[in-house]
Amino acid sequence: MRYLPKSESERSEMLEVCGAGSLEDLFSHLPADVKLNRALDIPDGKSEYEIVDYFREQADHNATGYPSFLGAGVYYHYRPVLVDTVVSRGEFLTSYTPYQAEIAQGTLTTIFEFQTMVCQLTGMEVANASMYDGSSAVPEAAMMAVRITGRDQILTSRTVHPEYREVLRTYAQHQGMPITEFGYDSESGALDLADLEARLSNQVAAVIVQSPNFFGIVEDIKAAAALAHKHGALLVMVFTEAVSLGLLEPPRDADIVAGELQSFAITPSYGGPFAGIIATKEKFIRQIPGRLVGETKDSRGNRAFCLTLSTREQHIRREKATSNICTNQALIALMATVFMSVYGKEGLRELAEQNLAKAHYLADGLPKRFAGPFFNELVVKCNGTAPEAVNEKLLGKKIIGGLPLGRFYPELKDCMLLCATEMNKRGHMDEVKNAF
Amino acid sequence: MYPENFRYTKEHEWVSAEGDVGTIGITQHAQHELGDIVYVDLPRVGTVVAQGKTLGSVESVKAVSDVYSPVSGEVVEVNEMLTTSPEKLNDDPHGVAWLVKLRLTTPAELMNLLSCADYQTYIGEKS
Repeated sequence: MRYLPKSESERSEMLEVCGAGSLEDLFSHLPADVKLNRALDIPDGKSEYEIVDYFREQADHNATGYPSFLGAGVYYHYRPVLVDTVVSRGEFLTSYTPYQAEIAQGTLTTIFEFQTMVCQLTGMEVANASMYDGSSAVPEAAMMAVRITGRDQILTSRTVHPEYREVLRTYAQHQGMPITEFGYDSESGALDLADLEARLSNQVAAVIVQSPNFFGIVEDIKAAAALAHKHGALLVMVFTEAVSLGLLEPPRDADIVAGELQSFAITPSYGGPFAGIIATKEKFIRQIPGRLVGETKDSRGNRAFCLTLSTREQHIRREKATSNICTNQALIALMATVFMSVYGKEGLRELAEQNLAKAHYLADGLPKRFAGPFFNELVVKCNGTAPEAVNEKLLGKKIIGGLPLGRFYPELKDCMLLCATEMNKRGHMDEVKNAF
Repeated sequence: MYPENFRYTKEHEWVSAEGDVGTIGITQHAQHELGDIVYVDLPRVGTVVAQGKTLGSVESVKAVSDVYSPVSGEVVEVNEMLTTSPEKLNDDPHGVAWLVKLRLTTPAELMNLLSCADYQTYIGEKS
């Protein structure tokens, strides 16, 4: 379909068919006081040159090329050149709802590869074709747990990304899913397992934890899962930093894994579009939301791919569908697929090791707030200075600092969340250390 | 083909009552219309269901259909065999492939269901 404006003659033709003499005539039934009665106040058209010039000028205000120590759910990683080479192919870039087995074997193959690699990454047995992002994958996982257990309460750790919890609350208020939060240990920054156990009951459908958590601390998924399972609840493991899975043990003890793949060659782009994942055990496959691509055989017996188990989905099951999601994040997920293919298992491990090493170099000598083991993010005390003032100082040196935590955790208002990835150079890390 | 002592619905379920327990399934005609059955979704034991409300669903390679409860009651047993062998529903829908057993709360409801003869007339297998 081409989106071209109609010509004057086409307009008159259409008006004639409607029996209207003019555009004003067509809208004559509208009350006078809702009409604008003047042209919109927008400037005249600009030349292509002027437009390019305008955007260049605006782009100069961006902090392009500044080293960044900001993580908190969106991470600055290297993007292999191959990613855009593959993703910008017209077959991928311009296709819409690319699920027809008859014409979209290429896309379906990449989605199948994606699902396979997500399973390898998470230690799960089945993954869907992707979710919109990590934040919306979390309530989908919670609703899945509600369907599986027949219970309705959700327990979520306060160390799950605060904005993910906000999205969860938005979904939950219309789903009849009461949400309770449990705390973190103020020494380690990890889950408060005693608080979790105290809040568990036979009404809880899911316990939601994030690892590495919002403070960068690696959580004890095994212990959390054991507690949840003891009370008949499922464990949902959330991740925002996919690179960590290159080094950490896959969360096999979890029942559902929900996460964000932005770290895998998806540009930060002011917060999206990203791609989320949801993966689970095969026994829960009927309750997974969204698209699933399966391997099959075509009429000649050749290996082929198609959508499968679609009876879970809205276009067939209507109000009884597992979810409202009737699509996936195909193009963005493809970026992550290419990324995973380029790095491979060993490459991802090396990348994760670099992140770990850089973050620990950054942490060395800084006043750490928490004692728990961390991956590539850590909470640092600003010791009397406002975190915002530290960031101001760094910005003066053309460095983007960390996230002041007071906005999400009032008790940590004198603390900042700093992140270091493979992109951060030693010199810049030393500058950050000197700013505290 | 269609047992005399069963009562039937126009949605193609059957119920066979013994004391206050009713066994519920789908009919031979229903399984034939659905084709190869690949999945059966059953309620949990303890679920209370009213007559005419959804009890579960049956999925075939062609379609997915809701199963409506012919009578009101509480689910006391579900046929676990169907979770691993849904194809039994094609083989023996009036026998081993029953779906659930309900403790009937309103046995009089049985009277507003179709008799064996009426059901067969309804599906056009007997005039």
